[in-house]
Amino acid sequence: MPPLLAEIAQLVVNGVMAGTILAVPAIGLTAIYAVLRFPNFALASHATIGAFAGYIANVKLGLPILPSVGLAFLVAGAVGVATDEVVLKQFRPAGFITTAIASIALTIALENIVRFAFGNELRGYALPIERDWRFGSIRVGPQQVQNLAVAAAAMVMLFSFLAFTRTGKAMRAVADNPMLASIKGINADMISRLVNFVGMGLAGLGGMLIGLDTTIDPLTGFRSILSVFAAAVVGGLGSIPGAVVGALTVGVGEELCLLFLSPDYRSAVGFVAILLVLTLRPRGILGQRAY
Amino acid sequence: MENYVIAMAVSAGIYALMALGVNVIWGMAGMVNLGLVGFFAVGAYVSALLTLKLGLPIAAGMGAGALATSLVGALVALITVRLRGDYLAIVTLGFAETIRIVASNTIWLTNGTDGISGIAGPYRGTLSPEAFNLLYLAIVGTIVTVAYLLAERLRASPFGRVLRAIRDDEQVAAVAGKHVALFKVKAFAIGAGALGLAGALYAHYTSYIAPDIFVPLLTLYIKLALLAGGLGNNRGAIIGAFAIVFLLESTRFAIPLVPGVSAVQGAALRELLIAALLIVLLRYRPQGLVPEQLRQIPARAVPPGRYQPTA
Repeated sequence: MPPLLAEIAQLVVNGVMAGTILAVPAIGLTAIYAVLRFPNFALASHATIGAFAGYIANVKLGLPILPSVGLAFLVAGAVGVATDEVVLKQFRPAGFITTAIASIALTIALENIVRFAFGNELRGYALPIERDWRFGSIRVGPQQVQNLAVAAAAMVMLFSFLAFTRTGKAMRAVADNPMLASIKGINADMISRLVNFVGMGLAGLGGMLIGLDTTIDPLTGFRSILSVFAAAVVGGLGSIPGAVVGALTVGVGEELCLLFLSPDYRSAVGFVAILLVLTLRPRGILGQRAY
Repeated sequence: MENYVIAMAVSAGIYALMALGVNVIWGMAGMVNLGLVGFFAVGAYVSALLTLKLGLPIAAGMGAGALATSLVGALVALITVRLRGDYLAIVTLGFAETIRIVASNTIWLTNGTDGISGIAGPYRGTLSPEAFNLLYLAIVGTIVTVAYLLAERLRASPFGRVLRAIRDDEQVAAVAGKHVALFKVKAFAIGAGALGLAGALYAHYTSYIAPDIFVPLLTLYIKLALLAGGLGNNRGAIIGAFAIVFLLESTRFAIPLVPGVSAVQGAALRELLIAALLIVLLRYRPQGLVPEQLRQIPARAVPPGRYQPTA
């Protein structure tokens, strides 16, 4: 393969891996948006909380990566339900602008609780050092493949949940038409708690997956929030398959831009993607249908 | 000590100018701006670079900074104006982060994370530090006063009335024949211009700017100032800005007194306090501590015996 082509192939592979991981929190964001109709910026701190919960499980308690990832999901999900119940729920009658501002304040508050407990230093997970696998000229790390598998498994579980279970169908019904859903006797409060648990759990899981690739600190979530929002908006805010398509687009896009941009500008690419989509096709690639 | 008080008064004045700008966007037009710190940064960088690299006079740099920020604001508003307001929230937040990324990495222009130092201040070299501080306080005071008078004029004008109508019900304003999108873009541009001017004032006062200064927390400060003073209320915006600077400074002295808390933990506590305060105010006093005064139109008296509503 000519070197440029090989480089592009490597970047596309990296982009698909990054995009699959990005899809996890993006699904969380878009699911919460589909049911509760506001952009929940508190996703950033929940990703950080998940990453730190996984860190405690993995480094302090010595658990392997897979159970730690599960714990990241559960802890972030539980915190998500609690903070929504105590803080954000009260704002919903006041409209989405007030709720969005409250969610920004909430994310800064939670981030600082993490900072108070853990300080600002960078931390890494206990990972074995492994040699990259080579396929021709393309290299992939075994850990990245494991992350990809975890992300894909989480998505398959979520899609089966939404497609086959009664509760999953109820969730889609509320997203689709809250009034009709309530006439059919679906308990909207229960659904909103559930979507917060699943959505923030996915954020926490995503935060840990992002951390596995690099290091974690209290700003882990906030640093990736732009790419997560870009993924959700590019795919169509409120559409779960859209979030996957959007995340892959943004992931590959961010990597391909490395051909002519320094990696420091990576998150700015997400912002440009948001602007392009909002200008050309505001409903996103897949439109706004929830499922 | 006097110098400290004057410096705090200058920063309160800069916050007040930002609060007045955000009041036009959020308080009057009901649009959200979660990235106001990005606009503040644009004003600061444009003015600093123009005066430093092209040798423009300070006043011209500040004017250019305000104008450039206003144009950027119009563009941001234009992209999202026909969409639901939550897209504006996402775009403004993303805008502020992107500005920070660009300022941190475009080293040939902004000197990256090291920041730009040696930004000129009016007569900084010839005056004593005390006199410079006082002069700057006078400049900021004059600008805030003018901005306040303009904002009051705007609020009372037909333009301000249309903005409030859009804030309260966009459809009704559109039915009344108002070009909603145009009004929103204009309001956002005006508010962004004030934010940019505040940024330029900040840069020329401290003589140093760097990407770490423009953090999302500053956005919360201004929201808090507005809520404390009363949303939609210009006098409240100024009072709120002074209140928030007082609060921030008092926590700076109070938190080190808490035993067993490290410097990082102290900073975390302070940010936590600000965020919690914003949540509480937003929850219990969303209209602010001093609510906006709307002129009541007296109901026309109905002569007795006629037009009595049937029960």
